Amino acid sequence: MSDIDKAIGMPRGLSTAGGPRLRLAGQGGVLLLAAILLLLPWLLRSGFQYHMAVMIGIHAVIAIGLNLLVGYAGQISLGHAGFMAIGAYGTAILSSRFGWPPLLGVVVSAAAAGLLAFAVGRPILRLKGYYLAMATLGLGMIIYLLISNEVWLTGGPDGLSLPMLSLFGQDVDSPKVWYGIVAVLLLVAYWMAGNLVNSPLGRALRSLEGPEALSAAAGVDVSASKVRIFTVSAVVTAFMGGIGALYAGFISPKSADFMQSIELVLMVILGGMGSIPGAVAGAAIVTLLPQVLTAVEHYEPLIYGLILILVMVLMPKGLVPTLAHRLRRSRS
Amino acid sequence: MSDMQISGLSKVFGGLRATDDVSFHIAPGTVHSIIGPNGAGKTTLLNLMTGIYEPTAGEVTLGGQSLLGKPFHARVAMGLGRTFQTPQICHGMSAIENVMLGSHLGLDGRLLPSMLRLPGIVRGDEACREAAAGWMRYVGLERYLDAEPGAMPYGALKRLEIARALAGKPRLILLDEPAAGLGATEKAELSRLICRLRDEGVTAVLVEHDMKLVMSVSQHVVVLNYGKKLAEGTPDEVSRNPDVIAAYLGRTH
Ligand SMILES: Nc1ncnc2c1ncn2[C@@H]1O[C@H](COP(=O)(O)OP(=O)(O)OP(=O)(O)O)[C@@H](O)[C@H]1O
Ligand SMILES: [Mg+2]
Repeated sequence: MSDIDKAIGMPRGLSTAGGPRLRLAGQGGVLLLAAILLLLPWLLRSGFQYHMAVMIGIHAVIAIGLNLLVGYAGQISLGHAGFMAIGAYGTAILSSRFGWPPLLGVVVSAAAAGLLAFAVGRPILRLKGYYLAMATLGLGMIIYLLISNEVWLTGGPDGLSLPMLSLFGQDVDSPKVWYGIVAVLLLVAYWMAGNLVNSPLGRALRSLEGPEALSAAAGVDVSASKVRIFTVSAVVTAFMGGIGALYAGFISPKSADFMQSIELVLMVILGGMGSIPGAVAGAAIVTLLPQVLTAVEHYEPLIYGLILILVMVLMPKGLVPTLAHRLRRSRS
Repeated sequence: MSDMQISGLSKVFGGLRATDDVSFHIAPGTVHSIIGPNGAGKTTLLNLMTGIYEPTAGEVTLGGQSLLGKPFHARVAMGLGRTFQTPQICHGMSAIENVMLGSHLGLDGRLLPSMLRLPGIVRGDEACREAAAGWMRYVGLERYLDAEPGAMPYGALKRLEIARALAGKPRLILLDEPAAGLGATEKAELSRLICRLRDEGVTAVLVEHDMKLVMSVSQHVVVLNYGKKLAEGTPDEVSRNPDVIAAYLGRTH
């Protein structure tokens, strides 16, 4: 201890809190989210509002998974709509063509997406920055082209219909039941992501956003760790792609296109990179904004773009981290 | 007897021989300094030891085992620790988390248990946090446990890197200019820290421009110039070597 240190203060004792930007992602965050999800049905009036809530929930889980890769591990992907499509089409094909139970189709499709991510991950994730963006973009485009062109399997532009999900012998056709299913999935994803990020493994993953030598000096196997988190995010995305397809009852190649990948990344960036509540907030904004903007018909893309630019200029760290920071500052 | 043995090591960048046929031995439990003018190839040598660069020729062994072809993280698993000339700190984490990162090798890194926060993970994490706090105290950073690295002074970041390296319990630690940018009191502490490490059996390789520090803590000094080993010996022998004196006077230093 230096003399200056001695003069200024004594040890603060063992720290139990996480890092500065992790506080919101602790168990308190899970409880808060649970409370919101429990209270929300009192505010939801129409079937359409339930529909929006379900869509936000599905996107939020994907954004949480993608945030692990993009926000925490610092690896961009512009191809995650491809994994979503693998989940959606895998579920559709296995359940409607082969008569598998839909949920089994979801799980198997998610595992297939994970295998693909694991296989292509090592060569792709050796790339950095723009090059990684291009490679993941290419991966997404290949999946999109396969889905559009293999008409015999995927129905091509006509898309595919899915059977109705049934749980415990009951068809799930009410928006409220879907709301419940998605709410539970969201809570589980939120809780698990928070646990991961605050574990020794999570710390190794979070170090990947920095220079490789830093991670390696700490004993982190950089390429294996990147592949691992890429695979996890692909599995989560494909799983929710399958759930989303079952919810919609129908899928078309449009759900696999480039804009969908951009929107997923947008949720992470807008809500806040490396923030789990941020991923949820980002999903809500990106899902709701086009609906709100239908009021201004012709100008919708223009205003959408302007809002994005404004948020990024005013809150470069994203919504939740910026607001959390302001709140902390105004308190102290 | 051996801890690290460097034999005929060379590294060529384009036409530049950044390391040129360098050989020496680092005995266990000693402080071994590498000195030389700017651009002499000191950092390159550390990069060859850690596997950031593969040598053009030559061999590096640790505890008798060849390190060639092994990636950096695998060498860390074999007991190598390192700090960098410019501190490499993860800014998305608090100070103590940066130190905890250093000990992640000894901990359960399985995915599912981590996501479910099983009791074993929690126990490992708590032990690791306690150990990290201990290492931060060891290097005199107890005030900064939960600090954001961005708000810490440069000298504290340099010590934070040392704490992170120590958290990995290395048998051999490589320090690249740990005293650069430190004040006089901090330098005195650093010198005490290095001696204490050595007394606890950790071998230290010190790359440093501060001669007072080098002369006071080292048992052995290697002098590099233009990538070549110019001289080696005890601090006394080296400081009286006419070649060394000429090299240092002949360059701006
Ligand atoms: N990756 C590289 N590519 C090309 N040249 C390099 C590379 N790394 C180092 N060099 C060159 O090798 C020489 C030795 O550099 P090095 O960084 O090892 O010197 P140093 O002794 O650590 O100097 P300093 O005291 O300034 O830190 C320099 O001329 C440097 O420009
Ligand atoms: Mg150097």
